[in-house]
Amino acid sequence: MSVELGIVLQQFVNGLTLGGMYALLALGYTLVYGILLMINFAHAEMFMFGAYVGLFTLQGLSQIPFFTSSGSALLLLYVLTFLVAMVATGILGVVIERFAYRPLRHAPRLAPLISAIGVSLFLQNAALLWISSRSLPFPVLFEVRAFKVGGASISSMQIMIIGITILLMLVLDSFVSRTRLGKSMRATSQDRDTAGLMGIDINRVIALTFFIGPALGAAAGIFSGMYYGNIKYNMGFIPGIKAFTAAVVGGIGNLRGAMLGGFLLGLLESLAAAYISTGYKDVIAFVILIIVLIFKPGGLLGESVAEKV
Amino acid sequence: MAAIRNGLTAVNDFFSTRVGRILFFVVLAAITLFMPVFFQAAGNVFMVRIFALVGIYVLLALGLNIIVGSAGLLNLGYIAFYAVGAYAGMNLGFLVQELLVGLEFFGEAPENWSYWMLLPFAAIPGVVAGIAIGAPVLRLRGDYLAIVTLGFGEIVRIAITNDIFGLTNGASGLPGVGQTVAPAAGQLWARENLSTGNFIFSKDLFWYYVIIALVLFTIFVITRLDNSRLGRAWVAMREDEVAASSVGVNILTTKLWAFALGAAWGGIAGHTYAYWVGFISPESFNFMESVLIVCMVVLGGMGSIPGVILGAVLITAVPELIRAIATSPALSGLLTPEQAAAVGDYRFLIFGGLMVVMMAIRPQGFLPSKRRARELKPVDDTILAQENQQLWEAEHKHDSDSDII
Repeated sequence: MSVELGIVLQQFVNGLTLGGMYALLALGYTLVYGILLMINFAHAEMFMFGAYVGLFTLQGLSQIPFFTSSGSALLLLYVLTFLVAMVATGILGVVIERFAYRPLRHAPRLAPLISAIGVSLFLQNAALLWISSRSLPFPVLFEVRAFKVGGASISSMQIMIIGITILLMLVLDSFVSRTRLGKSMRATSQDRDTAGLMGIDINRVIALTFFIGPALGAAAGIFSGMYYGNIKYNMGFIPGIKAFTAAVVGGIGNLRGAMLGGFLLGLLESLAAAYISTGYKDVIAFVILIIVLIFKPGGLLGESVAEKV
Repeated sequence: MAAIRNGLTAVNDFFSTRVGRILFFVVLAAITLFMPVFFQAAGNVFMVRIFALVGIYVLLALGLNIIVGSAGLLNLGYIAFYAVGAYAGMNLGFLVQELLVGLEFFGEAPENWSYWMLLPFAAIPGVVAGIAIGAPVLRLRGDYLAIVTLGFGEIVRIAITNDIFGLTNGASGLPGVGQTVAPAAGQLWARENLSTGNFIFSKDLFWYYVIIALVLFTIFVITRLDNSRLGRAWVAMREDEVAASSVGVNILTTKLWAFALGAAWGGIAGHTYAYWVGFISPESFNFMESVLIVCMVVLGGMGSIPGVILGAVLITAVPELIRAIATSPALSGLLTPEQAAAVGDYRFLIFGGLMVVMMAIRPQGFLPSKRRARELKPVDDTILAQENQQLWEAEHKHDSDSDII
């Protein structure tokens, strides 16, 4: 089989775009797991919720003539859309934590997981019943240009998605490693009880975690809507599982691992879809997940931690 | 909330007394055995089907209960075992039918015996699938296991949709063109000999009784299992893996047994469902089905056989019943057809909310097993008092012992 450079480059860029979305979503899983040691099964619905809020904000604001009058106004429109969706989804995350997970903080580990499945089921069906059971078109208000590079076609949308993803990651990374709040997050994930004794307000740190994760997930959801052109009530399920896989591949609890895992998974999936089979595209992530968990359960960047007794 | 909780406890206590228990079983047996006949006589085939469907879900929920309830391993891909059982049953059935034709020994329609001949082996495809997924991943921690089993369920569904090995006929389902599913032996006999006047002993009624027999067999086996060495090993492992392994429980083998035995019932239920309905397609085996079965186990009461059965009955039957009652002519003024249909649509929303609420206020489920309740809700005052009493007695027994010495 002759490998054409153009096709490889094309799949590479497609994979990076996809991987950016997985990585943003994976950060939410890894943040929560790092602090609470629970899989936030409902995180996939944050992706969906963010996309819906983004769509409605975009539709609402684009009715105002000012926002479509010039290029910079359009940019402002998109910035506002992202901000509203991210803040709204972040607040939803905090509310879910407060009512569904906080009462179970000392329960056996199965309990919050089941509660999270319940939240996921609830949100998905709320969107199905109260918004629409069909997929809604997600409009793109700016002109998407395509650049030809070495036989591959790279769109300005892909460049934007990859660019903003990397920007958000840099912001998060410096927030966690440089600021005081970030330091308290790291302390809480190392040892919750001791961090509490050192004067850190644990509940506030957990709430903050449940704000940041869903906010990033919402951005990924809007990207997905813009990239594929439509959104649906169950759009979160498959990306959610893949993002979780990405978090595990990178080493769960490790932020940089989640970023690496997301991009890696996106790349592998694009290449596999091009060279193996499109029908089994979704299987690849699960196979990778199982292989990584068997041979390197700590992930690529994570350290293997024995379960505390 | 407290009133509901006390009410449930009171109901539970009543059914624990001798009189309550006998009364309960008589009523339950009467409903189970005669209600479908009554519906059939009334010409309501829909309700007979609901009864049989509830039976299938009871089988599935009891099977998953071995994995989730007894052994404490959350499996979010249980439907895969059901799918494997159904597809294996159909495909093997086609093979067996061909072999049987021409054997006069089995009477005029030998192909009708394929269901019965395969039933003793129906568990095998499920068990094989259970071990295949269990062996590599059971070393994982509980929450990872949940996601991996979910992935496994999706892999099976995607493989079926893509017509894997040319056995599943892809999205259009089985039987494909040129294939037939023969009615099981006994079905036609019952129709000819047990029908009287307007009452027809229908296919659905026949399968209902087959399923009930399987449910009874399952309850028998699971009760025996729970009281066996393996059952005690599951409980020990569920409560504390490290402690269990230090007293000689082989964790991996014990988990694998739970997976294999739980999956066996998925296989049996799938086999039976395939022959009852006579048609299977990948849509019947999606992730939501797995979640529903988990809901049945969790809401009913993990580890408790009556609880799990109650969960399966509630979750399968209640939305259908409400819809059926609401659309019946007698109550046509009460709900509009749209509202009645909405009841069915809202069920997932309600189940999702219910799971969250149950985890917060009653994690042990509606009808909990006593041991599991104590484990999940140790702050219960009466149980705490009991345990303190036992502790006190144990300490004082020790004191008197040392006095003698």
